[in-house]
Amino acid sequence: MKAERQEIPLRLELRGITKRFGDLVANDHIDITVEPGEVHALLGENGAGKSTLMNQLYGLLQPDEGEILVDGEAKVFKTPRDAIAAGIGMVHQHFMLVPVFTVAENIALGAEDVRGGPLGILDRRRNRRDVLETSKRYGLPVDPDALVEDLPVGAQQRVEIVKALTRDVDLLILDEPTAVLTPQETDELLSVMRGLAASGKSIVFITHKLREVKAIADRITVIRRGRTVATATPDTSEDELAALMVGREVSLEVSKSPSEPGRDVLKISNLVVDDDRGVRAVDGVDLTVRAGEVLGIAGVQGNGQTELVEAIMGLRVSRSGVVEVDGENLAGMSTKKILRSGVGYVPEDRSLDGVVKEFSVAENLVLDMYDRAPFGNGFKLNPKAINESAAERVTQFDIRTSSAASAVSTLSGGNQQKVVVAREMSRPLRLMIASQPTRGVDVGSIEFIHSQIIHERDNGTAVLVVSSELDEVVGLADRIAVMYRGRILATVSPDMPREEIGLLMAGITGAESAEEEEAE
Amino acid sequence: MTTDVEAPPPAKESPKEEGFLTLFLKNLWSANTVTVTFLSIFLALVVGAILIVVSDSAVLSKFAYFTARPSDALGSSWDLVSAAYADLFKGALFDPASFQAWFNHTGSWQQAFGPISETLTYATPLVFTGLAVALAFRGGLFNIGGQGQAVMGCVFAGVAGFAFHLPPGLHLIVALLFGLIGGALWGFLPGFLKARTGAHEVITSIMLNYTATLFLGWLILQKGVQDPTRSDAISKTIDSSAALPALPEPLRVHLGIVLAVVVTAGVAWLLNRSSFGFELRAVGANPPAAKTAGMSVARTYTLLMVVAGGLAGLGGAAQVLGTADKLTAQVAGNIGFDGLLVALLGRNKPWGTLFAAILYGALRAGGNLMQVDIGISLELVTVLQALIVIFIAAPAMVKAIFQLRAARSARLGASMSKGW
Repeated sequence: MKAERQEIPLRLELRGITKRFGDLVANDHIDITVEPGEVHALLGENGAGKSTLMNQLYGLLQPDEGEILVDGEAKVFKTPRDAIAAGIGMVHQHFMLVPVFTVAENIALGAEDVRGGPLGILDRRRNRRDVLETSKRYGLPVDPDALVEDLPVGAQQRVEIVKALTRDVDLLILDEPTAVLTPQETDELLSVMRGLAASGKSIVFITHKLREVKAIADRITVIRRGRTVATATPDTSEDELAALMVGREVSLEVSKSPSEPGRDVLKISNLVVDDDRGVRAVDGVDLTVRAGEVLGIAGVQGNGQTELVEAIMGLRVSRSGVVEVDGENLAGMSTKKILRSGVGYVPEDRSLDGVVKEFSVAENLVLDMYDRAPFGNGFKLNPKAINESAAERVTQFDIRTSSAASAVSTLSGGNQQKVVVAREMSRPLRLMIASQPTRGVDVGSIEFIHSQIIHERDNGTAVLVVSSELDEVVGLADRIAVMYRGRILATVSPDMPREEIGLLMAGITGAESAEEEEAE
Repeated sequence: MTTDVEAPPPAKESPKEEGFLTLFLKNLWSANTVTVTFLSIFLALVVGAILIVVSDSAVLSKFAYFTARPSDALGSSWDLVSAAYADLFKGALFDPASFQAWFNHTGSWQQAFGPISETLTYATPLVFTGLAVALAFRGGLFNIGGQGQAVMGCVFAGVAGFAFHLPPGLHLIVALLFGLIGGALWGFLPGFLKARTGAHEVITSIMLNYTATLFLGWLILQKGVQDPTRSDAISKTIDSSAALPALPEPLRVHLGIVLAVVVTAGVAWLLNRSSFGFELRAVGANPPAAKTAGMSVARTYTLLMVVAGGLAGLGGAAQVLGTADKLTAQVAGNIGFDGLLVALLGRNKPWGTLFAAILYGALRAGGNLMQVDIGISLELVTVLQALIVIFIAAPAMVKAIFQLRAARSARLGASMSKGW
């Protein structure tokens, strides 16, 4: 039996929360007050200490100093169970769902209704009824009998929220909830958050996306390097918020001149690629990228972008179709040969494909050129050349590291990405492919990486940028191809209204939008 | 509109200037791998001491009246344990008495250097088989087939040693090369299967261990291989022109240990300074990133297993050309499997492996004397070796026992189970 708590709005106060990991002070005397019924945005760069703070609030970590007050009463949360009992729920960035369980089973997990004592049987009917009731009450439609693995990401997130709400929580922590959503799903989520706030629930919304903060938050706390640097209201400008986050003035707009496209460099015709499970991922794609232009591929993740790029790079075998760079067919070429023919590649998953974390910065900077002059002769390495070039590039690309000999794992995500960018951009290129070039990268580094990409374009390189962040594609691209279920639905100008591009990303083209909606 | 919150004063900083000694002690006592290794050895000796006492009925009986006269039990325990460990030391490094005898011209220098010679003799093949495991592990492969590779090294080197008749020097080189090739072939098979079909190298190399051992057992009974004057399973004797030069009798240490040091240096160079070493470390640490950077993971796996197999094969060759002079079913002993533990103890680093092999050789040589002198079973040495490995494999336990402060960079050697 669940302990029925009184339905009173909850007021949360964090006082002087301090958390250290060794010498690193992740949270340094943080004070935050969340009023009942408020949407409180916690804004900060990656590594600023947002998640650490919330993990303490949710009982996953214990603060070294400071106290957590719920309705004026100091509480100690040893486990998430304590936090939930006090009325605090959390939706993690990475969903904590069991894919092969149904929605109702997932929601019941950890708080199962059981008949007949601790060893009794599950009361599935009652679980199901609870789910439907909560779902109805807060306007969060979920199908209790669907398997979680069959649901789109947006629906899985709703399941997570319903799961938290069935625990009778009054304060909900949402950790980077929009990272995986389409623009439409994001709008839906924002309206759900508004509804929850209106019904008296408080929400702590962790993000680094300024647009969303301004759209939803009642109050904003900006955290930088483990400290609260400011509390702001939504009428603060985006530039001002960004400056608070980063600690200096940053330009959010990518500044660039109009492109001067030249010859066709990359030509893809009718490319068909299967994914690892043998399911068609790229289904007849035609694309052309010209010298001196940025072609952006917009699309929600998982619509074939990964497979498309891997097929171009020779990392994945294509079923049919032709990929040509400057008229040369890449079919059957090894990745090494493709890289050396003047193709630069920033892979989408930095930690998996981009860097070897155990390797030093210097070693990562020559990861694909280690056996070539001047870094080596195919048999032995030339440590002197490697280290000299590394020292040079660390300065040139503003890689913040204590030394080029430090392991890449000690760098922040943004600086790791700069290592990859530096590696791929410091040789003459004909074609540059950048997948999710700024995922998990702090605002300051985003600005730098974007300017490097534009710089490369201005040198006459053909650039292909794949990103699930629409803002990024719009900012960088000279032309935008929208990819949906393995096909290019349309190639549009970046001046097209965001809403229309968003609809295309959801697979809704003008002509069939009506019937699509019918089917949903 | 924003309201700036006043940043709280920075947390107490000002790192005090630390003297060299305090810094040294701090680093020593933080949980770095060297400290953990030494503490593991120490803990193993402590547990070993308890086992020595427990396994001696005479001493144990004195514990029966422990409350009445504790000094009896403690004193005799101390005598036994200290005698045992003194023997371990004397058998492994040197016995002051025999040095004394040498200086007084009552003994020979061979006697004085006997223990060291024994230690190095046992250590020599383990250096090679240890390197075979360590190198493969750095490339992300768990080469459990060192035994089979070493056996094939014995077979190839041994056959080349008695079947060919070549001038001294040349014969030795040919025999060593044959050993290398035999091991490399036995390493190539699992490497190739892994690269081509994804077959797990642990499974295939275990199977090849059996194959190699059974092949050896069959081969030494065949006509042309079996010693014609014997009816049991033993091969012809290897030509003296193919034997590794050794120090005069009764010392057994041979040129193999020099070769082992040279090969260790070679492996260290290969790992850190060569293109192939770069590839294998990249593939070992992160195969997808290596592939994305244009390296061929399949080629690296195959080549790596060939090199590792060749190293183990050399170990087998050193054993048969240096210590044994005939092929028998047991000629390779357990050197391949001991190589696994040596590599673990040496933390998969070339020089670490060399020292670990010497430690293993020392335990073995000292154990022999312990057995002869005070009748403690040689199995105790095996137990000691096992305990050292257990403590090293469980660094968290050692740290807990000694309350070490966690070193910042203590990633305590990749766990050997990574290959699974």
